[in-house]
Amino acid sequence: MLDLAKYNSLGEALSAAVDRWPSEICLIEADRDRENARFTYSQFSAAAMALGRALQDAGFKSGTRAAIIMTNQSKWLISAYAIFFCGGVLVPLDYKLSAAEQLALLAHSKAEFLVVEYHLWQAIARADAFKAFGARVVLVTEAPKGVELHGAKRWEEFRATSATAAPVFVPRARKDTACIVYSSGTGGRPKGCVLTHENYLEQCVALTSLYPFWPGVRYLSILPTNHAIDFMVGFIGPFTCGAAVVHLRTLRPEYIREAFTKYKITYVSLVPMVLKSLEKGLRQRFAELPPARRKMLQALIGANRALTKHKPNLALSRALLGQVHKAFGGELRAMFVGGAFTEPGTLQFFYDLGIQVGNGYGCTEAGTVITVNDLKPFRADTVGKPLPGMEVKIGAADAEGIGEVLVRSRTVMSHYLDDPEMTAETIRDGWLVTGDLGRIDRNGHLQLFGRKKNMIVTEEGKNIYPEDVETVFEGLPVKEFCVFAANYLWPERTMTGEKLVLVIHPEAGKAVTNELVAEIAERNRGLLNYKRIGGYLIWDRDFPLTASLKIKRLDLAEQIRQAASRSTMVAL
Amino acid sequence: MSTLQTTTDEVLRLASEHFKVPLDKLNPDDDFFTKLGINSLQALDLLTRIEQHFRIELPDYELQGVNDFRTLAERIQSRL
Repeated sequence: MLDLAKYNSLGEALSAAVDRWPSEICLIEADRDRENARFTYSQFSAAAMALGRALQDAGFKSGTRAAIIMTNQSKWLISAYAIFFCGGVLVPLDYKLSAAEQLALLAHSKAEFLVVEYHLWQAIARADAFKAFGARVVLVTEAPKGVELHGAKRWEEFRATSATAAPVFVPRARKDTACIVYSSGTGGRPKGCVLTHENYLEQCVALTSLYPFWPGVRYLSILPTNHAIDFMVGFIGPFTCGAAVVHLRTLRPEYIREAFTKYKITYVSLVPMVLKSLEKGLRQRFAELPPARRKMLQALIGANRALTKHKPNLALSRALLGQVHKAFGGELRAMFVGGAFTEPGTLQFFYDLGIQVGNGYGCTEAGTVITVNDLKPFRADTVGKPLPGMEVKIGAADAEGIGEVLVRSRTVMSHYLDDPEMTAETIRDGWLVTGDLGRIDRNGHLQLFGRKKNMIVTEEGKNIYPEDVETVFEGLPVKEFCVFAANYLWPERTMTGEKLVLVIHPEAGKAVTNELVAEIAERNRGLLNYKRIGGYLIWDRDFPLTASLKIKRLDLAEQIRQAASRSTMVAL
Repeated sequence: MSTLQTTTDEVLRLASEHFKVPLDKLNPDDDFFTKLGINSLQALDLLTRIEQHFRIELPDYELQGVNDFRTLAERIQSRL
């Protein structure tokens, strides 16, 4: 890999990579069983340079903010490289958010340029808030011929007028901003994590020291590239090592399975939900085997488990369980799982088959990964040890050693964009306060025990903040209401089965009628499925309020904790 | 010639068969995540089944932000 200590910015490092491995394949874009595009590093660079020159001709300067809203595809990475080469700040936004949410984050980030897929752009242009849309230049990919583009330009045609004109490389310092990544705040207060070039370069060195990439390695990119994990292990990591990224433009399980064998995938990152779906598929196939073969397979799995108890042995596992490994293409070295908590049973299932799962823990604020399983030996019950260069300690630990996880590292973000108050609450004396509860065991492994903060994380790896779902209940015929994470009100020391609960305080003298419950259920359905509340709680006292009539959430939570138990929650 | 009505009926029938839920329990305005008890990955499975039936290709994003059978049928109808 490149010696990243020599480089000051992502643009500089990526530029060195395209010079170092010109004829290696860096990027393959597949859609179902078709291959849309394939690039060597030199072809990738040529595409990015043509775009970069046109960006500079349109006024793109050092520090210009450019947002990308796209599904995983080659134009995402080409655009990102062009932005970094020209000294820009990248704002990767979640393509799965609603158009209104994307517009709110675009406004908050003050992005002047936007690169967006046509179908997403259509939705944005139709939204009410589009009137206030302020980006200067919009580049739309894959727009059909003859359609209305609402002032946008076609990405495919946005090229330097002279074929030979190259953009001017714009150097950036290590402490300069590389990206603004939103970790939440779609309906409430935006949390725009300002991450520097140093944050990314340091994280890349730490991660590749445990899970190396090299030319010939193929990483299957199915987690959204706007997400911190895929951005690192599905772009910066492989590209600074001469490896290749395979984009798959669908998440259908059958095409994911096909991609493993077709492209001989080495690494992949998944959210727990997809890992569990793979587990379910395998278990089903095992159950359908004739009894004698099933028995044989169980014996081989048992043998593999015993022989890899202390450390993994990929060659041995591939020899013992060849059929299983063949189904994953035969070249798979590890699957990374993150974004949410993974059940130990699932991790153990794959490890017993000789398929290593890099189970980790992290957050955008910490620059992606904080701890990861180093497989020395494999542990299904923890989220691993801190990465090199990452200091982890437990704040205000109780008698059992459990307290809030605190992190200090050169990978921790600089600040939250335009929010010094929240930055001061989150980074105290140089330590990032994660809001997660954990304990470090005597072997240095971190174990998680739920959250101190009022939020939940779904199996799909989505962080849901109560404040962000409350708007849907506005105007409900009750005196007041508030949404909490159930585990925040009643801590359970678990990372699974997290739910949101709606606390309602009815008008004086009014009972909770069936109509009201029906309305709550109806409004709840208006939320995307993963954001829905799991139940409600009836509360008969006035909510504590601040002078400006905002709910004092901490105080209200404390009152509820004292007076009502979890069993008073009514499921929806 | 299929109409939105017939497309919706077909979607309900396919969902009922694929997830083994009685057809008379499904209505066009039902939220399919809740009614079928499925997650977003399983919903993509349903999309594949629908594609095979209608012989069309529906990108994953057609399912984005869609919760009910009727809207799903509208998305399909526009591609028939």
